[in-house]
This record gives sequence, C-alpha cells and structure tokens, in this order.
Amino acid sequence: MNADTRPLWEEELRGDAHWSGVLRRGLTLRLTAREAGANVAALFYNHEQLSERYNMADTLKAQHTAFLTAGDVCYSDMGRVLCSITADRCGWHDALCGLSDAALITARHGATRFQEQRNERFGNGRDAMLNELGKYGLGARDLVPNINFFSKVIVDDAGRLQWQSDHCAAGMYVDLRFEMDTLAIFHAGPHPLDPAPRFAPKAVTLTAWRSGPAPPQDPCRDRCPENQRGFRNTEMMFA
Amino acid sequence: MSAVLDQVVPAGEPWSGRVQRGQRFRIVDLEGNQAVDTLFYNAADTAEHYSAQDTLRVQRRLYLTSGSVLISNLGQPMLQIIADTCGRHDTLGGACSAESNTVRYALEKRPMHSCRDNFLHALHQHDLQLGKRDLPANINFFMNVPVTRAGGLEFADGISAAGRYVEMRALMDVLVLISNCPQLNNPCNGWNPTPIRLQVYAD
Repeated sequence: MNADTRPLWEEELRGDAHWSGVLRRGLTLRLTAREAGANVAALFYNHEQLSERYNMADTLKAQHTAFLTAGDVCYSDMGRVLCSITADRCGWHDALCGLSDAALITARHGATRFQEQRNERFGNGRDAMLNELGKYGLGARDLVPNINFFSKVIVDDAGRLQWQSDHCAAGMYVDLRFEMDTLAIFHAGPHPLDPAPRFAPKAVTLTAWRSGPAPPQDPCRDRCPENQRGFRNTEMMFA
Repeated sequence: MSAVLDQVVPAGEPWSGRVQRGQRFRIVDLEGNQAVDTLFYNAADTAEHYSAQDTLRVQRRLYLTSGSVLISNLGQPMLQIIADTCGRHDTLGGACSAESNTVRYALEKRPMHSCRDNFLHALHQHDLQLGKRDLPANINFFMNVPVTRAGGLEFADGISAAGRYVEMRALMDVLVLISNCPQLNNPCNGWNPTPIRLQVYAD
C-alpha cells in the first residue's frame, strides 16, 4: 500500500473536548498541540472485538520503557499492536498518571455547572472517557490505564512522580499509525498532575491520512525483537 | 486477633475470596520473591475495580507500601496498606498472559501457564458474568519493577524474602482476585514460583 500524505480529514478538538472514532488499519492520525501545555488522554480498543484494548503494562514491559515516544508501539492485551508512534516532536508522552476526575478538578479549580457556565463548565478526564465509552456499550469496567499525550512526568529516585512543566510547545505533534481497526477515545483536558491554577485546557488538531500499515522494514517493528513478534501476531489477524 | 481465613495458595494457582470492610488482609511471601498478582473489585458492584493509575495519581508515588491507599476506577478508596515488611510493591508490571509471553519471550512460550489464565479461571467460579474485559492493571505484591529518572523500566531481582508480608485494611467490601504468578521466564519470582499464605482478620 503506498502512502498518500494528503489529509483525508481534519478536526479540531477545542480544549476539554472529548472525542471518539474508528481509525482503520493503515491510517495515520497526527495529534497537533495548538497551544503550549496541551494534553490528550487516550484509550484504544480493537474495533472488531472491544474486549481487546490498550494495555499499559504489556506496552511498557515489552519495550522496557515507562514513557512513549517515536519508535514505540501501543500494545493490546492480546499481544498485538494497536498503533505505532511513527513521529514525535515532543519526545515524551506520559503512560503512568491516568485521568483527572470531578473531585480533583473541583478541588483545584472550583465547582462549575452548565446552568451558569454553559459549555465553559469544567470537564474532567474520567467523565469524558465514560461519556465516549458509553456510546459503544462500554463503561466503568472498561476504564483501563490510558496514555497522556504531550505530558511528561518523571519518577525520581524515591519513586515520587514529578510533573515537568514547559514540556509541550505550540505546534508539537505526534503521529499514530494504526495497525488494526481501532476505536480511539480522546479527551483534550489537563493532565491530572498539571498544577496550573487556572482551568485552561488546550485545543488540539486531529489530521488523518492514508499511510498504509507498517512496512516490512520499519523503525517501530525493528525497535526490538518483542515488537517484531507483536507485529507478527497483529498481521496474523489480517492474513 | 481472630483469623477468619488462613490458607496457603500453592505456586502458580489462583485464589479468590471476599474481604469485608474493616477486616485486615495479609499476604505472606512464604519462601521469598514470589510475585502475587492481585486485583480488587467493589463486592457490591464489580464495575468498580482497583485502578493502578488512580492510585499512583493520588499518592504521587510509583511504588506501593505502608500508607498507600488503593484507589478504584471511580476514585474511591478500596483498601489501605497498613503493614509492609517488604518495602515496595509494583503496580506497573501487570499480569503475564499467553499472548504477552509470545511477545516478551518467544512465540513458543504460548502454552505456558499464566496469570491471566488464573484470573479467568477464578472469575468464572463466581458467576458474576465477569471476563477478560474486567481485568485492568493489577498489583504485583513483592515484585520489584524500578523506573529510572530517564524513564527506563526493568524487572529487577526481588527485594522480598521468606516470611515478609504485606497487610491491608479493607475500606469497602471487596472481592479479591489473586494469581500466585506461575511465570518462569523472568526474575519476578526469582525464577522459582513458590507458595503464599493468605490471612484475613476480623478485628
């Protein structure tokens, strides 16, 4: 399959928006931060069999990493690759810290509700994900650890999680090449450890094009023997 | 103190049971460096389960030890670790499965016994209509998975030893699911899966 980098579609997610969609095998999706300090919480499910989903532990231990960047892939819980990170202008995406929730957002930024604030009310990560999951017959039981694109948190020698400010600049992007038909769920809301006192979620742009799936020689496939086997498992499903 | 449960789980086997709010639940590493893959569910509504990321987010630390509160996917405290003679427990490493074993080690490792098979076997015994989709990221008691400042992650040799234990107090009624890990391909068990002892105290 030849790559065709002309965009098939583009969509802007305003800050705090949640979104879901099916991204077919061979499609690449670019997430672009429209402003500094963006964060996109993401979960991935096999669209054919929604019980197969992104698995934090299998992703991290197969690749001996605690964060994600170009060359890494996102593994499902079935030893297969959901998507590959084929380009990354940011360098570090958090795989550890999860979602904000209503209690955290209210404690940090104050209570809001639709009656007064209309659509400027403050959302939160868990409720955003649950709203999208509910559209596919999924719910709380399907809330598994997620990725936070564009955010960096390091683990110090004592095991403390340390938020890294000024990590994501405006215009930075990350490209996800989908290796199976994937239900993707995104929330463009603040990272749960982002200490900013003002609730100011940042917009991101989604841009999709037809790249084709991983070719025989590919930096993600060839990153490590584990990934070669993961792609082999994935390609068996499409043989 | 009165033990309402005192049971040895042999190497490589599953276990499940209930711990009531207020009870203490102790896991003893009988021979040392045994990984104990563990999940908790709200016994009244199993859609609420242990959440590794919510737990890390709330405590802002990667490792579990005395004082750690285990948080659910709905943000609620489920149990608190009240004693720990090991010092550090993992919640990043997840559970082994036939499929992940093919990725991590070799394609021919698929038939080996795994934690996910243990979990699924135990879930089916409860007739709660639970299945693989109800298996989120778990805790690995007694397992050592250090993360470096540069973001490296390795399965390191254990820091536990024979007789060390971890004890939790339940903050809600919980269903406990354990796989006494049968993994033979990495040092998580010191290459030698061994039995554990489970105790529940009613005080």
